[in-house]
Amino acid sequence: MGKSTVTTKDDAQALFHSLRSAYSSTPTNLKIIDLYVLFAVFTALIQVGYMAIVGSFPFNSFLSGVLSCVGTAVLAVCLRIQVNKENKEFKDLPPERAFADFVLCNLVLHLVIMNFLG
Amino acid sequence: MLSGRRLFTVALTLSAGVACSNDLENSYIFDGRSNRKILFRSQFIEFDQLIEFGMAMKVGIVVVLLAVASICEAVAIFHPISESHRSAALELFSPVAGSFSSLEEAYEALRTFEVLGIEKKPDIKDHTCNSVVDALSSMSSNSRDLYHALRVNGLLKCKTSKEALTGIISRLKDAVKDSTSLLDYYHAIGGLLLIKDQSSEVDVLLENADGILRSIKALSQSDGRWRYSSNNPESSTYAAGLAFETLSGVIQLAASAIDENLIGTLKKDIVKLFDSIEKYDDGSYYFDDKHIDVSGHQGPLSATAAVVRGLTTFASTSESLNIPEDKILGLARFFLGIGVPGNSKDLYYQIDSLSHLENNRVSVPLVLSLPATVLSLTSKDKLKVKVSTVLGSIAPPLSVKLMQVFSSGSKDASVLKQELHFDPKEAIHMLDALPEGVDIGKYVFAFEIVLSDPEDKRKFATGGRTKVPVHVTGVVKVDDAKVAVLEGDIVESEKKLDLPGKNDLALSANHLQKLHLSFLLTTPFGKPFKPHQALLKLRHETGVEHIFVVENSGRHFEITLDFLGLVEKFFYLSGQYDIELTVGDAVMENSFLQPLGSIELDLPKAPEKATQPPPQAVNPYLRYGPKAEIAHIFRAPEKRPPQEVSFAFLGLVLVPFLAFLVGLLRLGVNLKNFPTSTIPATFAILFHGGIAAVLLLYVLFWLKLDLFTTLKTLGLIGTFLMFVGHRTLSHLASASAKLKSA
Repeated sequence: MGKSTVTTKDDAQALFHSLRSAYSSTPTNLKIIDLYVLFAVFTALIQVGYMAIVGSFPFNSFLSGVLSCVGTAVLAVCLRIQVNKENKEFKDLPPERAFADFVLCNLVLHLVIMNFLG
Repeated sequence: MLSGRRLFTVALTLSAGVACSNDLENSYIFDGRSNRKILFRSQFIEFDQLIEFGMAMKVGIVVVLLAVASICEAVAIFHPISESHRSAALELFSPVAGSFSSLEEAYEALRTFEVLGIEKKPDIKDHTCNSVVDALSSMSSNSRDLYHALRVNGLLKCKTSKEALTGIISRLKDAVKDSTSLLDYYHAIGGLLLIKDQSSEVDVLLENADGILRSIKALSQSDGRWRYSSNNPESSTYAAGLAFETLSGVIQLAASAIDENLIGTLKKDIVKLFDSIEKYDDGSYYFDDKHIDVSGHQGPLSATAAVVRGLTTFASTSESLNIPEDKILGLARFFLGIGVPGNSKDLYYQIDSLSHLENNRVSVPLVLSLPATVLSLTSKDKLKVKVSTVLGSIAPPLSVKLMQVFSSGSKDASVLKQELHFDPKEAIHMLDALPEGVDIGKYVFAFEIVLSDPEDKRKFATGGRTKVPVHVTGVVKVDDAKVAVLEGDIVESEKKLDLPGKNDLALSANHLQKLHLSFLLTTPFGKPFKPHQALLKLRHETGVEHIFVVENSGRHFEITLDFLGLVEKFFYLSGQYDIELTVGDAVMENSFLQPLGSIELDLPKAPEKATQPPPQAVNPYLRYGPKAEIAHIFRAPEKRPPQEVSFAFLGLVLVPFLAFLVGLLRLGVNLKNFPTSTIPATFAILFHGGIAAVLLLYVLFWLKLDLFTTLKTLGLIGTFLMFVGHRTLSHLASASAKLKSA
């Protein structure tokens, strides 16, 4: 009965706590992948910030750097989707196979990136 | 082209009433390409009646002058052979590397040198003699080669053996028997005749001379020309000349006397050929072949030269060839009128023909020439006349009389009959003083040659009256020159001018006033004089020019420029105009072009639709000269950030990587799933090693490798990696499957 007087701030906090507790139950390998994605995104953000400060010359190098981070993050997300056991769609796909795809795509991405880096 | 000019001339004469001046001095130049003489405008040209057409219509003037000249009877002067011919011969006939390219050329060169009296160099003689002896002794020479070799031998007198000559005689006699064409006869008969001249005890006489004459005569045509052979219908005057030479050779080589009637018909043929002779206006006669014939000869020079050669050799064999002496003189004039030809063949034709004419038995032409045709009254020049043969040798005793002096524009003149006094030292006939009343101007002097010995009249051709153009020059007095600015009829300012001296006027006028210039011109004899050019030029400071003709009445020359009427002509340009007066004529020794000073003109402003003055010529050095140099500006390099900022961000970028590693440790990452048994372990290690190798390859690719090497190496490592990876991952998969099922 006293719940109607709870503030928005308490709601946000409660939401945050529930997310945190739910997240702790995810398997470790998925957490590793999440961490990797965060790392890639942060690197991309730092590169964008650098470009904002010093200007976009040479533009191809900037694009190459940012797109490598973004690309590898996207591939990691794909890996997470495929490896997640709760995902019924990829039930029959062995996780090693997904990992092999991830490695291969990364290698190709980085070849292109290195070429474009200049 | 000549007929077109004549039509144009007739039309122009009717329309413009151009008076034909009898004193237009024309000389002909010889165009080596077409072998014809072309009318050449010399420096003394009368065109005051054409000045109204404007100074710019130069082309029109030249065409009109040529037209006018072609209907006037031209007088011309012919000079005998001189030093310029000798130097031309030395230049044109220079042998290449000591020898001539063919015996024909060698003969032409040697004959020209002989006639002109030029010494032959000994080394040329040796070289040419060798070729001659080779040609004479070779069995493969035909009659043409033998003919040319024998001709050269006749000039050089090389050492030839009697046996060689005897052998050649029999070959040539056979050639005469077998000849079918005119050229065969010509070479063979010519060769035999040359051998007869060169060696004394040989038998070259022809048995069947009558028959040979008839077979050659069969090639003649009714119009006087001859054909080269019976099956070739082409005929030419050049062939006629060759035929006459051959016929005279046959007559000379005849073993027995020839039928007189036959010789008589041949003489008639020569006379018939002279019906086709053509004439130039200056009195020279020539023969022309209208088309190129078999031997490739073309043009009047070779045809006339051939006829002269044939004629003179025929005349030397028999007396009484009936050719009128003015035609012989005309032929001589034709060759002399060429001047100095430009190529060796033409020079040979000219010199050879003139040497034949010099001592021919029909009549020897005498040439009357003036060393100077321009006489100056100021330096009291005397009239000098030279009479000589065509090659410049001394003429027989004669006297020269000046019969008439025609002044320009008049066809009649009084008969003078003044005899010129002969100076034997210089071999020149001289008149001590010019006839009375010969003022400055252009005249035609008519001379007559009278031979002292009446016997010489038959031998020499003098040509009756010879007309020669002469210019008499002198100083023209310019008097009473003044310039005035008039307002209506009242003289505002007047200044006296010193002509032809320096003057520096500074006048000013506006558009309501007039400028008046006047002066008097008098000849040394006090008579009025009208020069070719009496022009007043006003030049604006921007460069626009206006030219006016100064009219005259008798002695008095004046011009009035009414600026009111000239405002539009001057394009409404006000400002300073420079004044220039030009008075000039060919016979005026003191022609002048004097700047007189300047006049400041004040003209009204130009209305809206006034014509613009013509654009002045751009200085070509400004338009086409070098332009300013352009220095290339290279692309400025982009601004790079300072190094410290870049390094700072390098460090900043590595921070998330470190955070990632820390996070991994916090999550409790472990390597428990790493296979422990040997083979799978090896594969696992190789798998990770392969990935590391690929990444290392990428770093090397960025640093220094190119894409192709990288792709090749990547292909190799990739194949290896796929194999190893497959093994490792399938092992891991089977391990986890076993764990699941268990």
